[in-house]
Amino acid sequence: MKEIEIHAQPDLLHEGEIASDIRTEELLVNMGPQHPSTHGVLRVVLVTDGELILKATPHIGYLHRCAEKIAENVSYRQYTPYTDRMDYLAAMNNNLGFALAVEKMGGIEVPERAQYLRVIFAELNRIASHLVAVGSYGLDMGAFTPFLYCFREREWIVDLFESVCGARLTYSYITIGGVREDIPEGFVSQCKEFLDFFEPKIREYNDLLSYNHIFINRTGNVGVCPADMAIGYGLTGPCLRGSGVKWDLRKNTPYCKYDEFDFDVPVGDGRFGAVGDCWDRYFVRVMEMTQSVRIVRQALERLSDGPVSAKVPRMLKLPAGEIYFEVENPRGQLGFYIVSEGGNSPYRLKVRGPSFCNLSVLEGLAKNCLLADIAAMIGSLDVVMGEVDR
Amino acid sequence: MALIEGIFEPGLAVTSVDWVLNWARKRSIFPMTFGIACCAIEMMAAGASRFDLDRFGAGAFRATPRQSDLMIVAGTVTFKMADRIRRLWEQMAEPRYVMAMGACSISGGPYHLHGYHVVKGVDLVIPVDVYVPGCPPRPEALIEGLIRLQEKIGTHTIAKTRDNFGLKKKL
Amino acid sequence: MTVLEIVDILKHRFGADLVGSVVEGTHPHVVVRAEKLVSVCEFLRDDEKLRFDLLRCVSGVDWMGKNLIEVSYDLISIRFGHALAVKVILDRAKPQVETVSGIWQAANWHEREAFDLVGVQFVGHTDLVRILMPEDWVGHPLRKDYQDPVEYHGLKVKP
Repeated sequence: MKEIEIHAQPDLLHEGEIASDIRTEELLVNMGPQHPSTHGVLRVVLVTDGELILKATPHIGYLHRCAEKIAENVSYRQYTPYTDRMDYLAAMNNNLGFALAVEKMGGIEVPERAQYLRVIFAELNRIASHLVAVGSYGLDMGAFTPFLYCFREREWIVDLFESVCGARLTYSYITIGGVREDIPEGFVSQCKEFLDFFEPKIREYNDLLSYNHIFINRTGNVGVCPADMAIGYGLTGPCLRGSGVKWDLRKNTPYCKYDEFDFDVPVGDGRFGAVGDCWDRYFVRVMEMTQSVRIVRQALERLSDGPVSAKVPRMLKLPAGEIYFEVENPRGQLGFYIVSEGGNSPYRLKVRGPSFCNLSVLEGLAKNCLLADIAAMIGSLDVVMGEVDR
Repeated sequence: MALIEGIFEPGLAVTSVDWVLNWARKRSIFPMTFGIACCAIEMMAAGASRFDLDRFGAGAFRATPRQSDLMIVAGTVTFKMADRIRRLWEQMAEPRYVMAMGACSISGGPYHLHGYHVVKGVDLVIPVDVYVPGCPPRPEALIEGLIRLQEKIGTHTIAKTRDNFGLKKKL
Repeated sequence: MTVLEIVDILKHRFGADLVGSVVEGTHPHVVVRAEKLVSVCEFLRDDEKLRFDLLRCVSGVDWMGKNLIEVSYDLISIRFGHALAVKVILDRAKPQVETVSGIWQAANWHEREAFDLVGVQFVGHTDLVRILMPEDWVGHPLRKDYQDPVEYHGLKVKP
């Protein structure tokens, strides 16, 4: 058989010559408010040069639900359900932050049983929130199975919450003065059963997703945020700890009995790339789930008898003054700045949402990255738009 | 409604054709991934393994409105988002359906009184077929809404009726 | 360091520019003159003993009765763990203060939000446009005399 010789024209194959002939333009691509990987209604306007991103500008406000104006019109106790809906994946932690801020300002003493119950539910909600973060991050990267596994575990936690307060997502369980109701019979044993079932599952997630080559290639060394950049942009929570900064409000400025518990603070170490890449931020969340299990086990041991709530008047009046109080949420530090003039409702309530600050770093991270990396970065920052827009 | 409605005379017996078409449409509804706020998490839970929406044929969530039949408006609609919702709805191909999931999309929800940036119900922007109350509605409630929508789809007919004498119904 | 020590250092350095301070209570803060805000903030961030490197929150409060607008900057030091707030008091008719987004990048979005909702002008900000409300919204919603528009793009605003 005669061999067919193919003569490739060397000019066309030479990169430099093609590049000098081709005229490129910047293209504006809109990653609109409706998009499967933007974790809610986030709009990112990308200026691209081919596959390279030159500039990414997030536009927010599509879920601005006037939480701060509403606070000026309803009483303190009526405001608890609105705190649920801000970061709807960590509703217990939001309730806790608001309740602690009001109690500190009003000098309200919370009974001991309520404090341990608060810690149990806050940490269980941290596990549930990180499960959603891990599962949907896998979904963004194209892996469907971890999503189903994580939601299966989350259903168990949500069942526990439903048995105690009747709701699956927006609980309003941790109220000013304590918690709303005592736990039902059998809750402690069910909770221990869940913890025993869940702890080995974290190894399963590591096998499925964390040490998966494709996942590491997509998230390792992508979106690197060095420590000084993270602090400058106001990052908190797993995003800050992923950059190597060991700062956790539960350890540094403890509240609500957290100083009695023995747990570690996982920090990113740059295992698959530079310190502060997407993989580090993601892995800090996986490790935090193990630590939360430890805390819940210790809190279950320390549960003592007693009332679950202090007596708080229906129309609570706080003394004139102001307070800024922060708690460690699964996404970062949630802060409440309450200004009171002595009335039934706050004069001004400002909510510092951790995702608001975490999202602002996207502009700084997304210089000269690829289009596919934007999804990796947004997923690793783990934003919840309810908290960004309030 | 769709291209083939209202073309046959009222006397013509089209019941078996109706039945097959409606059966095909209602058992394969493709929802659009349009989670806005908290209700989106319950929608995700409904699509996950415990409350599996896929057994109703509605598990294939499409990201683009061009390929989807059902827009589940899960969450609060704000004024900034209202224009985009209208545009997405217009991009959907007929027959298209809208489900208002949760109190916020039905009437503004807890933000009804003092929310200056909240649209008091998504039916001010687009026409809604099924309303599912709750804050957020349980996944079982979402599935009930889907089944009611399936029943509604079962009532369509391709024969001419008093409402659509050969004319395309304007929505 | 305690709040009292921090305030002493500031008084020693800035003297009369520190208009007031509250060290006790639930929100310890110092009040500075609006013109000196940037130099105070630079000192707070760069001084060896203070190192306030994280800007937590920028909040605008509308005191309509006193005809003032107060802007409060909450700071914390990751290095040392102490926290402080810095406040400026502005005239309600023309609330203007220089931006601190050159000192902490976090201030960029926080100041946009304060402009959007309370109406404070941050001089020198690179991109002072509305961030939460739509671009063509009229009014600053968190002001006490804010009135809702009747309708927006054909939709009624009030129920």
